[in-house]
Parts: sequence; structure tokens; C-alpha cells
Amino acid sequence: MARIDCNHIRHAYGPHPKSDKDYALKEVHHAFEDGGAYALLGPSGCGKTTLLNIISGLLYPSHGELLFDGKDVTNLSTQERNIAQVFQFPVIYDTMTVYDNLAFPLRNRGVPEPDVDRKVRETLEMTGLADMARRKARGLTADQKQKISLGRGLVRSDVNAILFDEPLTVIDPHMKWVLRSQLKQLHRRFGFTMVYVTHDQTEALTFAENVVVMYEGEIVQIGSPAELFERPKHTFVGYFIGSPGMNVMPVAVEGRSARLGSQTIELPGAPKAGTSGVIELGIRPEYVRLGATGMPVSIRKVEDIGRHKVVRASFEGRDIAAIVGEDEDIPADPKIAFDPDGINIYADSWRVEMGG
Amino acid sequence: MARLEESTADGRTLMRQTPASAEAQIANATLARKMRRRGEESRFWWLVPTIYIIFLMLPIYWLVNMSFKTNQEILGAFSLWPRNPTIANYMVIFTDPSWYKGYINSIIYVVMNTVISVAVALPAAYAFSRYRFLGDKHLFFWLLTNRMAPPAVFALPFFQLYSAFGLIDTHIAVALAHCLFNVPLAVWILEGFMSGVPKEIDETAYIDGYSFPRFFLRIFMPLIASGVGVACFFCFMFSWVELLIARTLTTTAAKPIAAIMTRTVSASGLDWGVLAAAGVLTILPGALVIWFVRNYIAKGFALGRV
Amino acid sequence: MERTWNNKAWFMVLPVLLLVAFSAIIPLMTVVNYSVQDTFGNNVFFWAGSEWFEEILHSDRFWEAMARNLAFSAIILIIEIPLGIFIALNMPKKGWGVPVCLVLMALPLLIPWNVVGTIWQVFGRVDIGLLGYTLRALGFNYNYVNDPFDAWITVIVMDVWHWTSLVVLLCYAGLVSIPDAYYQAAKIDGASRWAIFRYIQLPKMNRVLLIAVLLRFMDSFMIYTEPFVVTGGGPGNTTTFLSIDLVKLAIGEFNLGEAAAMSIVYFLIIMLLSWVFYTVMTAYDAEQ
Repeated sequence: MARIDCNHIRHAYGPHPKSDKDYALKEVHHAFEDGGAYALLGPSGCGKTTLLNIISGLLYPSHGELLFDGKDVTNLSTQERNIAQVFQFPVIYDTMTVYDNLAFPLRNRGVPEPDVDRKVRETLEMTGLADMARRKARGLTADQKQKISLGRGLVRSDVNAILFDEPLTVIDPHMKWVLRSQLKQLHRRFGFTMVYVTHDQTEALTFAENVVVMYEGEIVQIGSPAELFERPKHTFVGYFIGSPGMNVMPVAVEGRSARLGSQTIELPGAPKAGTSGVIELGIRPEYVRLGATGMPVSIRKVEDIGRHKVVRASFEGRDIAAIVGEDEDIPADPKIAFDPDGINIYADSWRVEMGG
Repeated sequence: MARLEESTADGRTLMRQTPASAEAQIANATLARKMRRRGEESRFWWLVPTIYIIFLMLPIYWLVNMSFKTNQEILGAFSLWPRNPTIANYMVIFTDPSWYKGYINSIIYVVMNTVISVAVALPAAYAFSRYRFLGDKHLFFWLLTNRMAPPAVFALPFFQLYSAFGLIDTHIAVALAHCLFNVPLAVWILEGFMSGVPKEIDETAYIDGYSFPRFFLRIFMPLIASGVGVACFFCFMFSWVELLIARTLTTTAAKPIAAIMTRTVSASGLDWGVLAAAGVLTILPGALVIWFVRNYIAKGFALGRV
Repeated sequence: MERTWNNKAWFMVLPVLLLVAFSAIIPLMTVVNYSVQDTFGNNVFFWAGSEWFEEILHSDRFWEAMARNLAFSAIILIIEIPLGIFIALNMPKKGWGVPVCLVLMALPLLIPWNVVGTIWQVFGRVDIGLLGYTLRALGFNYNYVNDPFDAWITVIVMDVWHWTSLVVLLCYAGLVSIPDAYYQAAKIDGASRWAIFRYIQLPKMNRVLLIAVLLRFMDSFMIYTEPFVVTGGGPGNTTTFLSIDLVKLAIGEFNLGEAAAMSIVYFLIIMLLSWVFYTVMTAYDAEQ
């Protein structure tokens, strides 16, 4: 396994990129630590697959360099980089048995047959495919096929990283859970460096220790699931993660307070410099308290989604969502208050730190 | 980084990071070199199609070359291109009605055959792709065997059959005779494309209250439009290139152009220039058709069966 | 696909049935009719039983034509199928080269068969043809009119010229249907060019190759027009294939009974061999 450094990587699919718009990947400068489990999360077209293909060497970046354990691999071919990749749709060699599928990458590299046999048997155990080793790969189900693709990566114990490109897209919902937890187990046991591309936040948050959120060709935040939830660095992260997403409203900040229409909201601290441009206040529905005191709102809709209720309300003419417990009552004259812990201030969509 | 593995008693594999030894590094470097351009296409791939196309074009070029020469030049000094280009050979063809009527005859029976073949094949292909019925498999196989029938076997019986109906030397006779191999082909191609359309579409349409003919024309046909195009292309192709039957069934009024070509073996010996010009002119309709369908050729040749 | 049982579907097949019955069954009946009768002219026929069949099956002429035809089919299959695959593998996958290649390669397929013959008849002539003239100039004693070997070479090269494109286009259609991810995965697995061909491309071309082999076998076994125009079956009988022989027998010698019996045997053999090809190849496919 290796540490992967992306040094100022930019990529454009067209031949002569002029403005930022021509870049599918604007600038990525980030390190994937050895043995880490990362998720690349973002909507379609945000550049996450582009980044993955640059790491695997299926694409060469227009600018910047890529290092594996400090060694420059930018100009190396996929074959030389020694990585594994699992694709969106299972790629298997139809005419081979499951066993031969797993042996294929080793045999291609001239590994002696006894070693091949040993490694393949181990991998069959790891992926739970042992009882179908002699079956033709053609007739298997989608999740079994995807396990074979994964196994072809695991079988080479010296791979630098295992990359996943939305690997659960074609898998049945109940099997998704099973496969995801198996992946996590494998990671815990063997400590592979794993990079997992997905647009599904649940998948990213449950799989990875570190989630890399991408938006319009840029990394907007890297952090643990908790960090992404509580301190979204960019309003996009606020919207994209959490259900419903973060409430974001334009405000005017003066010292330790923010003004929205006729209301004044106390902030936990005074936002540090750079509060020019568009200033917004973001608060997750989980931190909006609905009760008898605070700022007046008018409730439009209450959605009961099981463990809690989502209250859709109108606050100073804008939509706001709040989460209340299943058993809590909704007051007749509802008022809201913001929990200071959950308040974030954004300048031009980027979060600003607040002093004490 | 090299990695060592050890199997412990309980069968689990432990992996440990160890500092790479010098030998391991060399071995890795050798492997990396071996893997470098593995599986990539050669940079000279374009040579193959280029050489093949040159091989295909040379005989055609020679025909075109000859068509612009006079008979004296052809039989005289050998030259790679016409020294005194002339269109006299083409003028011969365009001023002689029996020549250009040959084209019209060919086009008429080819178009008739294409329309008939595809029109009758459509419902049959639908039946084969959607329903099971008594003897369906045998029927399908029997249809395909007709594609295997050598035209030479049928030439004489066709002559007698169409004579009996007084159809000799009519366009319809050739069109019907060519159905022998084109109808099975059309059924087969269309069945492939139709089987690619999910059955749910039919069922949804019936639930929405479409009658069968309306469903077939309004909903189903657009879905298999490319298949119909491919079937038409193949029917056109095989009817256009076939000559044995076409020549047997015609004498003058419906004689195809390709048959008229042999007339150049006339009293004054072979008129090579006119023969070449006629040959070039018979290649043109085919070239034109290919040009129109060029974007569908790749998909079409898979006959909906990839 | 799950198909429902519906005997009314027969009505949809009826037009095809009537049409093919008219253009296949009735003529075939005539053939059968001739094959069991003999005539002394004046339209007086009498029952001949299996006489004609026995004569055909014991005639060296028939078996020689059969052997020539089998050899011809085998040779062109051996050349055209691998060559077609090889060319298809090296075709451009995108860009302006694709339509150019496809259009130029498809061109020979749409040339009327006797024109194909004419093109090669002219091309191979030693006095006015580029090929014959060049070969002569290079010192080869090439003459397809007099030399059986040269005649065979000419007929085979002509068929390769005429039909290899069909194999190319079929294989190409199979190849472009392979998703990019397969090639990417193969790169990651470090597969060699051969392994990519053997384990990814060949399995995906299986079905179109079956079509290619069947079509090429059937059409080469029925070949008539092209060699007839070029060599007329000669020199001697060396390029007289079954169809040429059949037409000679029926129209040249007006030996209807024997020609009819030969037609039936010929047709049955094509069907039998096609069936064998089909079964072997689908069985191989299923086993894979």
C-alpha cells in the first residue's frame, strides 16, 4: 500500500483549456494517507471519476503530478502503477472460471503457479467466493461478479491502492449493505489504501474514515463524517450532506450578531475578517429548536419520517426546515431558536472561522 | 514497497510492511518495465486498414482508369492512368436507351423486392419474437433453409414457373424470385431487433387502449426503425448483386443492367472501354446507398445480435 | 424473452409462408418431379425412380465438383475469417477514420457479382490488367486462362477481395459493443494484447463470428457468377464448382433429370453442412 499525493492536479478533456470552465478538475492538491479509507463524494459531473482515473492512470492529468510514496508516477502507465480498480458495472472475464478470473492478474505478471494458487485461495476465502471457484463467471449474479472484480484487485497483495468507481450501482439494495460491511472489514483487517467514488452520502459516510467532498471540479472539504456534518466548509457540503440539507440564509453580520430581516441572531463568536461579499448563515435542521420562545415562524408542512418529524416552515419569508422528536408537540404559536453550536457563517459560500 | 505475507495457524494471512530489499526492488523494476506498455495497441495499427483498403481499391481503380480510355489506348501501350481521358464510353451508355433502361429495370425490381420482403417479414418477425405457436421453431428453421438454397438450383424451375404464369420478362417476376432468399433474411434480421425491445412496451400500449395496428405503426415501428433500415439495406444489397436468377427470368423488357453488360461482347470484338464504364456505373448505386447508411453500418452488420 | 403461447400468430406468418411457398416449394416440387422421371422429348415423361440419384452419386464428375467446392469453401474460410478478425481489431474506434473505413470496405459487397467477375477478369489479364501485367513484368509466368493453379489463385483472391469485408464489418460491430471498462480493467490486470483478444474480444465476437462463418460457408458453397465470369469453370474443369456444373448440366446439356437429382443432393448437402457448423459452434459457445 502506498500514500498517494496529488500535487496541484488539473485536468481538461478539451485540448486547449482557456478559462476555469474548461477544466473538469480545477485543482486538486491533496494526500491520501497510506492505509486510509477515503470516499470521494459529490454529484454527477463534479470530477470525482476524473480524479479516480487520474490516480489509476487511465487518464493523464493536464497539469500537476501524482506521487506514490513520494515517487513520481505521473507519466507511468496503468500497468506500471500497480493499482486495482473496481468499476461501476462488473467487469469479469466471461469465459473463465471464478478461480481463473482471480488468477488472471497474477499470471499476467508471471507469478509462479504455486504462489498463484496460494494467493487465489486466500482471496477466495476473503471474498467468500470459495464455494464457486470452479464455476464459470458468466452465470453469476451482479454482486458475485462485483466480488470477483474486487478479488482481482485483492489478489495482488502489493497493489498501491484499490479504487472503487461507484461499485454498488447495479447491486440489489439488501446486498449493498452486505458488500459495504465486507469492504469495511477487509479494510480493517488488511489496511489497504482505498478510494471509493460515490454520489450517495450514506455510502460515503458509512464506508470511509475520510470523506472528500467534490463540487464543480474542486475539493470543497475533506473530513470525517462528523466534521462534514457539523462544520461544513462550503454551503454545498451543507446542502449535499444531511437530510434535509442545511438551512442557508443571507444575513448581515455586525460583531457577534447577525441580522436577518427584522430578526437578530446571536452568534457564538465574531466572524474573523473577510466578511465581505455575500454573507450567509447556515444551520442544520437538527440545531433549529422549535418551541414557545424565540423568533416567530409559520409552519407550512410537517413530514413524519419515522424517528423524527421534519417541520417545513417559513421564516422571514424564506423556507426553513427543523427537526423535532417523534413525540414532541408542535406549539400553536411556533417560534424557533438557533442552537449556537450549530451556527456557521459563510462568506461567498466558504465558511469563516469565528473568534471567541 | 515490498510486502511479506505469513500464514498463521488459524489460516489468516497477516501482512507486514518490510523495507524493500535491493533484489526485490530490482525485481519490481523489471516487472514494471515488462508491464509498461502491456496490452496497448501498436502505433502502426493504421497500416492494416490502409493496406487492406488499397487492396480493395486497386481493382476498382483499374476499372475506372479503363473507363476513361479509348479501346485503342487500352489495347495499346500499358499506362497507369488515361493519357487522353475521354468520356466517349459513358456517352455510348447514356445515348443508348437499352443501356440506361437496364439501370431503371434493376432499380425497379430491387425496390419492389425490398418493399415486398420487408412488408411481409414485419408481421412474421413480430410473431416469432413475441409468441410461441404450433411448429414455430420448425417454421423458422425452414425459412432459414431457403437462404441456403443455391440460386443455380432454382434458375430453371423458376423459369418454368414464371412462364406458366406468363410473368417472364417482368419486374415483378424477378422481385418475387429474389424473395426466396431475402424474405428469410429480413425475418431473421427483424426478429433479432424486435427481441431487443422489451415486451412490457407492448403490454403497456394495450393497457393504454392502443389497437394492434395502431400500436405497431405508432409505437413499435419507431423503436425498431434501425432494424427496418438494416433489413432494407440487406434486401437491397442481395437483390442488387444477384444476377443468375435475374438474367434467367428476363429477356429484354426487364433485363438488369449487369446482364446488359455482357452485350459488349459484340461483333466488333470486346469493347473494353464501354464494358469498364458500365461496370463503374453499376458500382455507383451501391456506393451511394452505403454513403447514406454509413453511420449505421457498424450497428447494422451485427443484425441486432451482439 | 418469455413468449406467450398464441396460435393466432400463424396469421402473421401467413404472408411469408405463402410468398416463400410460391417461390420455394413450387419450384422445388418441379425439381423433385424431374429428378424421378425421364423423357425422350415431346413432353413425354415416365417414372425413373432413383435412377438419376444413383447416377449422380456414382458420377466422378459430381464428386470432383463437390471436392473442388469443399476445398474452395475451406480455403476461403481459413483466409477470410482470421484476416477479417485481424483487420477489425486494427480498425479505428472513433474519429473521421471510422466512416471512411466502413464505406470503402463495404463497397465490394454492393457490386453486382458479375461485375466483380468482370473487374477481376480485366484486372488479371496479362495484356491489359494491372495485376497480370505487373506479375508478368516481375517475371512470374502468370496466366489464369491456361494455368489451373493461377486460375485458383485468382478465384480465391477475388473472393477474399469480395467478401472479407463482410467478416470485418461483422467483427467490428461485435468489437464496438464492448464497454471501455473492459479494456481499462484489462490494463489494470496487466493483460497482454493476446490475453485481451483471447478473453475479452473473442468472447464478445462469438455470435457475430457464427453469423460470419455460416454466411461465408453458404455463399461460397453456392458460388456461381464470379468464377463463371472469370474462368468459365476452366481451364478444363479445374474451377468448375457445383453451381457451375449444375447450370452446365441443366441448361448446357439439357439433362434435366440428372440436373434435378443433383440439385436435390446439392441442397441437402448445404443444409447438412450448415446445420453441422451451426450445432458445433453453438455447442462450443454454450460450453464456454
